[in-house]
Amino acid sequence: MDFNDSPTEAAYRAAARAWLDTNAPLAAGERASPSDEAAHLREGKAWQACKADAGFACITWPRDWGGGGGTPIEQVIFDQEEARHGRSYPFFNIGLGMCVPTVMAFADDATKQRFVRPAARGDEIWCQLFSEPAAGSDVAASRTRAVRAEDGTGDWIVDGQKVWTSGAHYCDYGIVIVRTDPDVPKHKGLTMFWVDMTSPGIDVRPIHQASGGSDFNEVYFTGVRIPDSQRLGEVGRGWNVALVTLMNERLAVGGGSGTNWPELLALARATPGLGDGPASEDGGLRERIADWYVAAEGLKLTRYRAMTALSRGETPGPESSIGKIVSANQMQELSREALDRLDQFGIIVDPGNAAIQHTWFWGGALRIAGGTDEILKNIIAERVLGLPLDIRVDRDVAFKDIPRGA
Amino acid sequence: MNFDFSDDQKFLKEEARKFLAARCTSAVTRGVLNDDAKPFDRDLWQAIVDMGWTGAAIPEEFGGLGLGHVELCAIAEELGRVVAPIPFASAIYVFAEAVMKIASSAQKAALLPGVVAGAIIGCLATSDGPGPVSADRTTAELTNGRITGTKLPVTDGDIATHAIVLARSDAGPGLYLVDLAAEGVARERIETLDPTRSAARLSFQAAPCEPLGTEGEGAALLSGILDRAAVLFAFEQVGGADRCLDMAKTYALERYAFGRVIAGYQAIKHKLADMYVKTELARSSSYYGAWALASDAAELPEAAAAARIAASAAYDFAAKENVQTHGGMGFTWEVDCHLHLRRARQLALALGGPPVWRERLIRRLELRNAA
Repeated sequence: MDFNDSPTEAAYRAAARAWLDTNAPLAAGERASPSDEAAHLREGKAWQACKADAGFACITWPRDWGGGGGTPIEQVIFDQEEARHGRSYPFFNIGLGMCVPTVMAFADDATKQRFVRPAARGDEIWCQLFSEPAAGSDVAASRTRAVRAEDGTGDWIVDGQKVWTSGAHYCDYGIVIVRTDPDVPKHKGLTMFWVDMTSPGIDVRPIHQASGGSDFNEVYFTGVRIPDSQRLGEVGRGWNVALVTLMNERLAVGGGSGTNWPELLALARATPGLGDGPASEDGGLRERIADWYVAAEGLKLTRYRAMTALSRGETPGPESSIGKIVSANQMQELSREALDRLDQFGIIVDPGNAAIQHTWFWGGALRIAGGTDEILKNIIAERVLGLPLDIRVDRDVAFKDIPRGA
Repeated sequence: MNFDFSDDQKFLKEEARKFLAARCTSAVTRGVLNDDAKPFDRDLWQAIVDMGWTGAAIPEEFGGLGLGHVELCAIAEELGRVVAPIPFASAIYVFAEAVMKIASSAQKAALLPGVVAGAIIGCLATSDGPGPVSADRTTAELTNGRITGTKLPVTDGDIATHAIVLARSDAGPGLYLVDLAAEGVARERIETLDPTRSAARLSFQAAPCEPLGTEGEGAALLSGILDRAAVLFAFEQVGGADRCLDMAKTYALERYAFGRVIAGYQAIKHKLADMYVKTELARSSSYYGAWALASDAAELPEAAAAARIAASAAYDFAAKENVQTHGGMGFTWEVDCHLHLRRARQLALALGGPPVWRERLIRRLELRNAA
């Protein structure tokens, strides 16, 4: 038992590190602020292209498709080294982690030739158009309709609304799941397409979030014409295509970040406590910080177990499915505790409180995004522990006859 | 990255599981539970000695197998799974480890071969009564090289041959080795929440003893012993938690209510998912503890504390929710749920309870952050 790289891994890490040392550093003044999205996006695209040209983008993809022709453990090693330079950008994860792999699995050769390499280089960015106002956890309940055009071209006309689409406002393409047959049970009447986000009839509008910001979009489809050649998989088999996409979702959404135990400990030392000393002397808080340290370490070490499986050429075990449940809840609870300890001052919107309050809002968001706590627990119960599926009263009912509330 | 048991270690673990499934059935554990005159199962103890497990991590020069600590961790997980009614934790995780770490060469030569043979069973006598153990507050005292005082409770104190006793001398708190057959030692078996492990009150009246490690450094010595034992305890706790999850799952898949198995209800599914999450996190932290123990890493104190905190919480949670999943049956004597409920408490308290370990951990983190 050790944490060392194998000789091959060590050689790869050394090569990655050397390349990064040469190519990654940005002068302090050159670095774009994440709050300036346009500048941050330009910087991210340039970095993605630079990586792709050196074989460090999409490391597990074949070289012929613009990837690195490497292994999953090499991707993990590169990500670790890249993180040391602070050069990770949020723009590409969903497209490269979920959408383009779906395109690669289902599109014809010409489509793959056209799109895969530009996506790997970051020249074109993809979004995932799955969730709808009435189809969240139950994404197979999508209502966005596609019907054949009446002009005999075989094209499809799409009407409906998608929601919570990350990056739709800067994405070039998307994959969209739509209902092509409401007369059959819900899983059997879906079809997947890829779509040009500049198509007439697509309207991208930012969502005004509970936290006040706007990081996601609603995407309205009004008479959007999609050629049948843009279909991914067979008509009516869209759910099977979506499962390929969703398999990667928990990896793409990733773990928690933001205020964690070191920040809380530092805050506790700098904040007056219940007695004469700082809050870091309060027993209740000390115990909670210890527990959060244990959980954060437990998650990190659980990732090491997954890495070990990759390193041995095995598929990581089910233990990797627990990350987001733990980290999102911890973000929410730990930052709530930090505000508690600031006491009345904790309510103020103040630069000193901003990171904690941001984590507090986003812990709540992450408990929902990419599979809610409840859905993830169902997944653990069903796929890991082998417990029965929930009773599904809508499974054998024509979609149009399923009760749908207000 | 190689953060898992090796193939050989997995094989050893698998063999241990098979052996214990056959030799340490619930009837064996209940044989100790139901018989006040039976402090542990001697047949099982002898069988385990014959397998060489008592010497798994003890060097060959002392008669051990000299395998290593990761192997011992693998065995510990399997012993925890079956709620083994034997003094393995006291004799090996605490006593053998302490002797290997801090005893003189002469003491090692005198004690370790007997430990391997199962003839020497050591125990840890540190608790002075209610509240956390404190080297500074300990009431046992050394006068003219002899110990006087009382320790309560001492796990396996009634059947052990030797004790490591925390006591004060002119040099300050220290650890002392006492041969429990010597004059001036009185033991009284006591009842505990977990009758599958025995315990006693040990009273010393000018009992002969010898220092274990440097006199006056009892606090640091004890801390080192606890760190090593905590990792091994954590593996027993993970094994126990894993078994509880397994029991709850099996029962939930058999038990019908409202026309279907209860395993199909989200309230049960999510409960079992929570058990799984806690157990896997504890397992990861325990692996890290195993690595730190086996490599004598500087990170051992944090790694041991994290493993102990996570594993104590996971086993307590799994044990109580296993009872809950079993419903009324879970609260009967006949169903095995209470064996785990009891053992989870025994393991969580025997080396100092969770609040003590959280405080140990946060002090380490404060030191680290200050550095």
